[in-house]
Amino acid sequence: MTSLPQPAPNAKKLGLVIDLDTCVGCHACAVNCKEWNTGGHSAPLPDHQPYGEEPDGVWFNRIHSFEAGCGSSSKTVNFPRSCLHCENPQCVTVCPTGASYKREEDGIVLVNADICIGCKLCSWACPYGAREFDELAGVMKKCTLCIDRIYNETLPEAEREPACVATCPSRARHFGDFNDPESKVSKLVAARGGVDLMPELGYKPVNKYLPPRKASIPTKPQEQGGGTGNALLRLLDKVLSR
Amino acid sequence: MKATRGIDYSSPIGDEVAHTTCYMCACRCGIKVHLKDSQLRYIEGNRDHPVNRGVLCAKGSAGIMNVLSPARLRKPLKRVGERGAGEFEEIEWEEALSIITERLANIRATDAKRFVFFTGRDQSQSLTGYFAQMFGSLNFAAHGGFCTVNMAAAGLYSVGGAFWEFGEPDWDYAKIFLLIGVAEDHDSNPIKLGLGKLKERGAKIIAVNPVRTGYGAIADEFIGITPGTDGLFVLALVHCLLDSGQIDTEFLVRYTNAHYLVIDAPGTAEHGLFARDESGAPLCLDRADGALKPASTIGADPVLLGSVTLLDGRAACPAFAILAERYLTPDCAPEAVAARCGIPAETIRRVAAELAEVAFNQPVTLNVPWTDTSGRRHETMQGRPVAMHAMRGISAHSNGFQTCRAIHMLQMLLGAVDTPGSWRYKSPYPKPIPAGPPPCGKTHLENGALAGSPLGFPRGPEDLLVDEAGEALRLDRAFSWDAPLGVHGLMHMAIAEAHAQDRYPIDTLMIYMANVAWNSAMNPGDAMRLLTDKNPDGSYRIPFFILADAFFSETVPYADIVLPDTTYLERYDCISLLDRPIGSAHGPADAIRIPVLKPDRDVRPFQDVLIDLAGRLKLPNFADAEGKPLYSSYADYMVRHQRKPGVGPLAGFRGADGDAIGKGEVNPDQLDRYIANGSFWRHHLPEDQLYYKHANQAYLQTAKAMGLIDCDTQITLQIYSETLQKFRLAAQGHGAHQPPERLRARLEKVMDPLPIWYEPVEATMVSREEYPLHALTQRPMAMYHSWGSQNAWLRQILSENRLYLNHETAAALGIADEDWVVVESRNGALTCQARLMEGVNPNTVWTWNAIGKRSGAWTLDKQAPEAERGFLLNHIISEYLPPDANGHRASNSDPITGQAAWFDLTVRVRKATDAEAGATFPHHEPLRAPFRVENPEHLQFGAKLETR
Repeated sequence: MTSLPQPAPNAKKLGLVIDLDTCVGCHACAVNCKEWNTGGHSAPLPDHQPYGEEPDGVWFNRIHSFEAGCGSSSKTVNFPRSCLHCENPQCVTVCPTGASYKREEDGIVLVNADICIGCKLCSWACPYGAREFDELAGVMKKCTLCIDRIYNETLPEAEREPACVATCPSRARHFGDFNDPESKVSKLVAARGGVDLMPELGYKPVNKYLPPRKASIPTKPQEQGGGTGNALLRLLDKVLSR
Repeated sequence: MKATRGIDYSSPIGDEVAHTTCYMCACRCGIKVHLKDSQLRYIEGNRDHPVNRGVLCAKGSAGIMNVLSPARLRKPLKRVGERGAGEFEEIEWEEALSIITERLANIRATDAKRFVFFTGRDQSQSLTGYFAQMFGSLNFAAHGGFCTVNMAAAGLYSVGGAFWEFGEPDWDYAKIFLLIGVAEDHDSNPIKLGLGKLKERGAKIIAVNPVRTGYGAIADEFIGITPGTDGLFVLALVHCLLDSGQIDTEFLVRYTNAHYLVIDAPGTAEHGLFARDESGAPLCLDRADGALKPASTIGADPVLLGSVTLLDGRAACPAFAILAERYLTPDCAPEAVAARCGIPAETIRRVAAELAEVAFNQPVTLNVPWTDTSGRRHETMQGRPVAMHAMRGISAHSNGFQTCRAIHMLQMLLGAVDTPGSWRYKSPYPKPIPAGPPPCGKTHLENGALAGSPLGFPRGPEDLLVDEAGEALRLDRAFSWDAPLGVHGLMHMAIAEAHAQDRYPIDTLMIYMANVAWNSAMNPGDAMRLLTDKNPDGSYRIPFFILADAFFSETVPYADIVLPDTTYLERYDCISLLDRPIGSAHGPADAIRIPVLKPDRDVRPFQDVLIDLAGRLKLPNFADAEGKPLYSSYADYMVRHQRKPGVGPLAGFRGADGDAIGKGEVNPDQLDRYIANGSFWRHHLPEDQLYYKHANQAYLQTAKAMGLIDCDTQITLQIYSETLQKFRLAAQGHGAHQPPERLRARLEKVMDPLPIWYEPVEATMVSREEYPLHALTQRPMAMYHSWGSQNAWLRQILSENRLYLNHETAAALGIADEDWVVVESRNGALTCQARLMEGVNPNTVWTWNAIGKRSGAWTLDKQAPEAERGFLLNHIISEYLPPDANGHRASNSDPITGQAAWFDLTVRVRKATDAEAGATFPHHEPLRAPFRVENPEHLQFGAKLETR
């Protein structure tokens, strides 16, 4: 079994904020993630029967759209799902070889493919379904938080963010350090009531979700002339200047 | 950061990066394509690009899989078996081009209109249309006729711009946003970016759509309207605003023709036209001095209600008076339309109150001085922060043109056109109304070319392309009395009319980038039959069919010659201001595509091929006086072609030094300048030109100087359309140009100068008891306007579709989730599986469009889910309406624009029997690709890059 590191002093807690109020469920993040990562740190993300009967493959980020509630109070929710880089990740602690690990410097949960034996214990342990098994390589893979982008010295500073965040067309995804109360992600969570997924399990996910909200416009009842146009007549009495 | 456990922190993405333009849908986003060892590594959005500002959608990111698709065509093909059998031989380009040149030269020498050229999702219409014009055939159009022509035509004839391509909401300042009939479509990244901005500011989003998915899912309010009734809903909002006196009268008299006096002389040839002075200027009545004067008089206080006596003694009244009288009637009240729309009256009243609250109590004021076309200086720009966007759910109904006009009327009444916070023009729009010259096609120049573009903008009946009997000159009947404002043509009628030979027999049909035997046909089964039908002598009824496409689509087996196109990363292209620009409210823009990869097959960009053919045919302006070709390639044409002196396909970096914008002499280095700029050009408008463009002196002068418009006078918005009234007068028997009798009554009804609502045409001819449910399609976001459900990544997101029904509707029919059901319309039946949901109007069923594939097409396995469990609703739609009393079958289209009315479909649904369940029906014979298919069992894209 693998033990968790003590966070280093001044360690970062990197993760994502996903805004369910803004996510339109377009799959842009999922596909750009696939595209980046299939040639990235965990390359490749294989596809099976890509032109066949049961097309399937490895994706680090998947989008689920579902309806909650009934009738007029029902709501359609678009829900992106990927590794939450938990503070207390059982996917790490169950790993028999130390292949699954949590980085002390930033909290990112990774898999060392060189020593992964493909036993899949971690995928059983993860209640969020975030682990993806590469059957061809026989190793477990997962979201790396684009570790080969966020620290990539060859990229301009502004581009050092996960592919899913960079590409999100409705800007529903945000990346940053949750240990920094002044970071954008910390402020968003505070302002919008960001929530943990299934907090009762005690895994302490780092990624946070912002709940949907509803804007409204208070109005006074409109004058009803009953089609007489009296209000309109009053309006049209005013002098105009073309 | 030190590398730990094999993590590489210092490798560049690739060793080469190219900036080009995406073509995975219609948005034309800027992309950065990274290559490693000359192979694709990664595609991302270009952060500097005005369309997508760095973001990229699922399709754009999956572009790699389109470029590497095993369905790519490899070599020109010549049919050797029967049409549809898919038996081809591979031929050389020279042979293909010789066959086509000989055939087309003969057509051009005898009767040019027998060459029929329709292009699908073509982004080079200024070239393809010009080819048709120089060839001399009026039978040209692209796919707008079954897409958005109702929106384009209604917008251009009302406000001189249009939703989507010629306008956009002011995402930065809008406080309330009405999204009408927009599911996941038109457009992709810009709307998503915009919705994100609205959400950030807490603006309210109201989605009016029968189905709650995608954009509708994040709306603050979802209004599940009954299909085809949007016009009733909008006119009820207008009723409320008029009744409560909450309209912007100053905007109306300054920027619209609401105060123009309309002649009230029923039964005469001038009834409903504007009263004009001797110079032809429309008149108004100034309340200040009681005098009739030109409606454009600065400072006048025009009367908006009542009746006026003209100098010749005739009566007239302001256009607004007719408008107010019409929409104040109880018929237009929310209570009168609530049941038909499926929206409670109190909801309609509340939405009207919210629009008014935001427009009039929460205006946006920018401290930006500007000067209007009257020379009046304004110290601020004040706006009504009510923004709207509407699209397919309006467009695809046969009442869509007038419904879209109603939406523009609502905008005008609120004063919410091109003001801060409202809907805004994307430069080079606005354009004068109508937006260009009338269509050409009646006569040829001496050199065989048409005098102008075959597509244009009729100003009245005199501009129609009809013969002495009033019947169409065009094969598809655009610009005839069947579709007077058919400004995008009627692509959905091309095959049916070519087969019917009702107008005249054709010779050659050339189709580019449209799957006309499948999802681009309203009725694919019939399209396949018509393409294979023969004359008694054994010849094909549609004699010759040339198809240009990059992939093995369902249409390929029906072509006589197949010209294999490249993918979008293997070609030059231009996104031109001459056809479909990518400008924004912040300024005009255009872009190019550049070849990032060299094709690994014997394929050529279609535009290169077209220019080659034009040279071989010695078409005017494509060949010189000696008959030598003028252009060596599309790239050469993009730089050197001039449509007018100084105006070419690309507006940026013109002139000898590359500094001229819009107009300027040819710059041989123009493409290099584009490439250095990220493959796009844009002009940033200064802040005093950003709003009120229709009446903004500085903007209009700039636009004229750049060659975007010919005239810098005010563009008066047409809340009352005199053009439509001219057609209506003709229908009433006035004037020299008369419609055929069979169309008189319908034209008199629909060509109303003020917006009207009428029942979708099909609904009036089909029993609602028999077919009680509306049936719609939507395109999933990850595939909207895309060509790629054969795409290896995207098909993992969606490879089969269901018929979605409301829980309540399904319960009444005894249908449960995943049950097999039979969907029947007047045109036939299909079998598919059902899925139940809450967020759909109870009178509506719907499905994802174009997921269903014909078995074997796109080189998918024959048992692919797209073929086994995917289906097309198109199989039960028809391009024709049921026959009338005289047996005439009219096109299933909007009677004004000819827009394909495929959202008018009504159906009934029942649970399938055991015998019917199990696979989708209809299920056509599997197709066989005309090349060896080697589909991999697995893909490990990226792996080889890693190990190298």
